[in-house]
Amino acid sequence: MSLDRSDVEQIAHLARLQIDAADIDSYGQSLNSILSLVDQMQATNTEGVEPLAHPLDAVQRLRADEVTESNQREVLQSVAPATEEGLFLVPKVIE
Amino acid sequence: MEWEVVIGLEIHVQLATKTKIFSGASTAFGAEPNTQACAVDLALPGTLPVFNENALRMAVMFGLAVNAEIGKRSVFERKNYFYPDLPKGYQTTQLAEPIVGPGFVDIETDEGVQRRVRIHHAHLEEDAGKSLHEDFHGMSGIDLNRAGTPLVEIVSEPDMRSSKEAAAYARKIHAIVTTLGICDGNMAEGSMRCDCNVSVRPKGQEELGTRTELKNINSFRFIERAIDTEVARQIDLIEDGGKVVQETRLYDPDKNETRSMRSKEEANDYRYFPCPDLLPVIIDDSYIEAIRETLPELPDARRDRFMSEYSLSEYDAGVLSAYRPQADYYEQVVKQSGDAKLAANWVMGELAKFLNQNDTDIKDSPVSAEQLGGLLVRIKDNTISGNIAKKVFEIMWSKGGSADEIIEAEGLKQVTDTGAIEKIVDEVIANADKQVEQYKAAEPDKRGKMIGFFMGQVMKATGGKANPGAVTGILKQKLDALCD
Repeated sequence: MSLDRSDVEQIAHLARLQIDAADIDSYGQSLNSILSLVDQMQATNTEGVEPLAHPLDAVQRLRADEVTESNQREVLQSVAPATEEGLFLVPKVIE
Repeated sequence: MEWEVVIGLEIHVQLATKTKIFSGASTAFGAEPNTQACAVDLALPGTLPVFNENALRMAVMFGLAVNAEIGKRSVFERKNYFYPDLPKGYQTTQLAEPIVGPGFVDIETDEGVQRRVRIHHAHLEEDAGKSLHEDFHGMSGIDLNRAGTPLVEIVSEPDMRSSKEAAAYARKIHAIVTTLGICDGNMAEGSMRCDCNVSVRPKGQEELGTRTELKNINSFRFIERAIDTEVARQIDLIEDGGKVVQETRLYDPDKNETRSMRSKEEANDYRYFPCPDLLPVIIDDSYIEAIRETLPELPDARRDRFMSEYSLSEYDAGVLSAYRPQADYYEQVVKQSGDAKLAANWVMGELAKFLNQNDTDIKDSPVSAEQLGGLLVRIKDNTISGNIAKKVFEIMWSKGGSADEIIEAEGLKQVTDTGAIEKIVDEVIANADKQVEQYKAAEPDKRGKMIGFFMGQVMKATGGKANPGAVTGILKQKLDALCD
């Protein structure tokens, strides 16, 4: 598998990363070298091996359904650039 | 050409947990904006999710109720996309290893079409926050109270063949989740939301047509209307030589049309991967079986029992069993009154009428099952007639009180005292010379119908309180005596 310039642009767009057109080729090369490592791993025979969902050999702990959090809006919104009537304000988004 | 409609539904059910799926913030509806959005929900750096056991338990309950395989190992994944009401930049959800595997439900439409709808799977995920697009100086307002609310997304196979079947399926899922008590079922508040995948194909063709997805439909009526509208659009389009484009469309109930949601079609690429912050969820048979033990009687079983135990029609039993608070109410009225048929008529008739008119849920009915049961007892023992009972019910609804108190206070007790009725009958006959002459002149087999006039007069004189059976007997006897 190999990525071309448009793939790199698409990936950057999905990640909302602004990249310089001049850097696209070098990003492409870096990404392709990662993918070739993936290709190498893909070549390994994994028949009968269960897919690994997590590197830790442990299972998820569960939490009781009890309210433990209180209203901290004032503190939490003190770091927000803009708020009004208790809402976080962001640049207008309309789908 | 004859077309076949193919529909699959994705239903999002908000679980009725006290707290979020991955944080201890409250999920109560209607709080001030962002007062129930904690550091985890806001995705502040350094926070980690901890899975709510109750959300897991509720998802397993649902799986058992739809005859599904339960995933003893399930894995959370990240679904990546950017939107301001999704602070983490990804939704934590399940994909390859969901908590609920393949299952099914049986549905029936009003027209009697029966069908088994297969469920592909159901998975646990978190809800997003809400964006408010009213004008905040050209900005959007974000309320993250809903962010992190646990959802079960139920994905059906494309097994439905009409909008009515789709609505019947959604109703069945609603009945199941409310009966289980895992969702409050309030569609207006968004507790249950529905996306419909719709396509058409020439009848007899195996291959599926291109589908469109209708988003976020929040009532059963709109499911039907949105699908009918979209099906008509697709058929028109194809018959005019066009092609259906795979896209997401929004149903506008005011204009009764669907329209494309995205101006430029861009293939979504969610780049799913297992969430490194959450470990695989492992449950065993004993956990599942312990939950199975707690399952309440499900709507289908209750409907069948209502038919056999109370001799109700399939329709009545279906309506009464579809919503658990209503089914519980009904059974309480039956217990109180000892008359299953009369109870069904009143719960589906007068009570339903008042609930509808006042937009009230049966859980909040001002007339309790005990009150209604007490009223029916007085119909059965002839203390009051059915008509007077409606009057008593109205007073009960607006002012409260037991049937006996109202009957006493309003003096509505039915007059069964023959002497008193005879006196009134005599007066009525004495003041209706003309009608008495007509009665005497009529053929004996026509006289029965003419009693109606006298009956009306007696009821008028007694304010409807005279026992109709007794009045008829006395009238007939006295009038016929005049004819001899």
